[in-house]
Amino acid sequence: MRRAVQSLARFSALVAHQSAASSTSAAAVQAAACVGSRRWFATNSHDIFNTHRHEAHNNWDTEFDFTDANYEKVAEIISRYPTNYKASALIPLLDLAQQQNEGWLSLAAMNRVAKILDMAEIRVYEVATFYTMFNRSKIGKYHVMVCGTTPCMLQGAKGIYKALKDHLGIDYGQTTPDGMFTLGEMECMGACVNAPMIAVADYTKGVEGFSYHYYEDLTPQDVISIVDTLKKGGKPKAGSQHRSKAEPAGAVVDGKWVPSKPGADGMTLTGEPPGPYCRNLDEPAPEQAAAPK
Amino acid sequence: MALQAAGRKGVQSQLLSTCLRAYSTAAAERTSFGGLQDKDRIFTNIYGRHDPFIKGAEKRGDWYRTKDIVQKGSDWIVDQMKKSGLRGRGGAGFPSGLKWSFMPKVSDGRPSYLVVNGDESEPGTCKDREIMRHEPHKLVEGCLIAGVGMRARAGYIYIRGEFVNERKAVMRAIDEAYAKGYLGKNACGSGYDFDLNVHWGAGAYICGEETALIESLEGKQGKPRLKPPFPANVGLYGCPTTVTNVETVAVSPTILRRGPEWFSSFGRKNNHGTKLFAISGHVNRPVTVEEEMSIPLRELIERHAGGVRGGWDNLLAIIPGGSSVPLLPRSQCDDVLMDFDALKERQSGLGTAAVMVMDKSTDPIEAIARLSYFYKHESCGQCTPCREGTGWLYDIMTRMKKGDARLEEIDMLWEITKQIEGHTICALGDAAAWPVQGLIRHFRPLMEQRIEQASEELERIAA
Repeated sequence: MRRAVQSLARFSALVAHQSAASSTSAAAVQAAACVGSRRWFATNSHDIFNTHRHEAHNNWDTEFDFTDANYEKVAEIISRYPTNYKASALIPLLDLAQQQNEGWLSLAAMNRVAKILDMAEIRVYEVATFYTMFNRSKIGKYHVMVCGTTPCMLQGAKGIYKALKDHLGIDYGQTTPDGMFTLGEMECMGACVNAPMIAVADYTKGVEGFSYHYYEDLTPQDVISIVDTLKKGGKPKAGSQHRSKAEPAGAVVDGKWVPSKPGADGMTLTGEPPGPYCRNLDEPAPEQAAAPK
Repeated sequence: MALQAAGRKGVQSQLLSTCLRAYSTAAAERTSFGGLQDKDRIFTNIYGRHDPFIKGAEKRGDWYRTKDIVQKGSDWIVDQMKKSGLRGRGGAGFPSGLKWSFMPKVSDGRPSYLVVNGDESEPGTCKDREIMRHEPHKLVEGCLIAGVGMRARAGYIYIRGEFVNERKAVMRAIDEAYAKGYLGKNACGSGYDFDLNVHWGAGAYICGEETALIESLEGKQGKPRLKPPFPANVGLYGCPTTVTNVETVAVSPTILRRGPEWFSSFGRKNNHGTKLFAISGHVNRPVTVEEEMSIPLRELIERHAGGVRGGWDNLLAIIPGGSSVPLLPRSQCDDVLMDFDALKERQSGLGTAAVMVMDKSTDPIEAIARLSYFYKHESCGQCTPCREGTGWLYDIMTRMKKGDARLEEIDMLWEITKQIEGHTICALGDAAAWPVQGLIRHFRPLMEQRIEQASEELERIAA
């Protein structure tokens, strides 16, 4: 099975290289690569090949330029770095280009950024292929990313993945037929206390309306209602679905939220925080620790 | 002669008094830790219950007498930080004051830079996120003070790409600080110029390594540099640079305002202070909480996280400091203290103080195999032992999960981890090796049992 998938992937890569691959076979390769054998691929995003392949909507002749409003943003971003180190603005500019270009970076977009920053194009491709947040092929309007690393896995990330997979009818690396959702797996997104979680990048409204929200403390039902709300054009509640932030309030157990109230000594920071305090900076320090009033 | 005798006598009396002092402090030394009170918490808005921005922050005491602290000068700040005993909160635990003091005192014409590491991607860790979104002014003020301490004229805060909302909060805090005159030319009216900017990444764990972060900030692939030269000599744009964790920077203004003695009154010797602990996994109330260093692990979990799911006896293992440190089996969790030295004694580490709790329903082999996948995915591909080795680790761990292996392969796995460890430019190789080593060290019987079961099953089918 492993060998079969590997040879299929290799064969399809060859075919695709000659730009003869139909979109269905490419999708099949992506699915096979992401599900069966992620061992052979460097990334778990939907870009499984690190090479560029010419396609009708992404080749040397397609064009990309920032809008006037975004050129102002470009100038502002470049102004943050020393004038002789403009290349520092590369990642923020690629990020901006991706937001304007509906969530992915075309060859033209990368070349445009290279031109703005006076860089060799290859230096831009290097960076765009290195970082997982850059997508180099078309994706859905909403990029739904499930965190699957151990802390989320312990709290039921597999159930979240299964619920999304069954509900949307797609696997990691695939896009729904209506072009609404692309499903992906991400490595730890830094919200482990609120596990399990997903992140949704919203590319429907360009740069101005771009959002990248975390949805935390999820149960399988929550995640289905989140994608359904997005589908209808609504705004699901961002952040934790069952508590305010990272305070002690309960946990997701076996796909259900189990509230749990802390006792008196487990409650912290409930009162009004103390006001400004500063010791006398000029006096030698006292032996005992000073306490604020 | 008499002078010498007097000198010797002086030395003797000094020695005696040192001994006495040592004895008396030993007698007064605290032996129990934990139970930090609200009045001693540095991060008073960690749960976002109050306004995180300028009005609320000033009310909570941020930016209070910052001018006076800045005017005390670089040497004073570094000296106070050294006295406080603060050790870097990014995982390695290097003394912060010492690190700051490595920066050149007299410029050779190159500017110095402060770079704050907000690329929080270590599995289990989510403390800096709470600082950035709920206490951004502590971070911004800390940047000014750390910047003055290391004689930097400009600073960058590098925030991971996925933290879009957190980045917006920090940017807003910086804008507010500029509007108030706290940053920029003549910051806080102290006569010191300091500029601060936000930079962000795009999803690469390796950019949390300081030199990879500098590379990424220069617009390149995040591949760690060979050291030496260390960033304090040749860092960002070839200039002296210090990279320091968000939490380290954010606690510094409060330490200076309340005094290093206050800070060092918490925790055991060499492990002073308070610390944000992020407790995730199989507990009743996963939580991010600020506690005293050296708090016993068990007390931390039972007091703040509501205990292990199903009771303490249901505990299987704990990863005490983020994915890069070896796990501790239950037998070691009963009495271990949460600080750098105590955990090192148990062949683990405090790391970022991200406690991952696993109860008996967990398959530890699967949990560690998932971490191996993480490191395989995040290896930058620069050094062969790490690029190839992380893939091998994941391959073998995937088979170990099912028991599809031979018994001697456990030793082979151990050997691979030893071949990766210490043979790479940065610590990602070590970080990939340690969890697997921890698993073999403590759960070898389970791995053997699974292999035997699987082979028995095969024989049964074949018969």
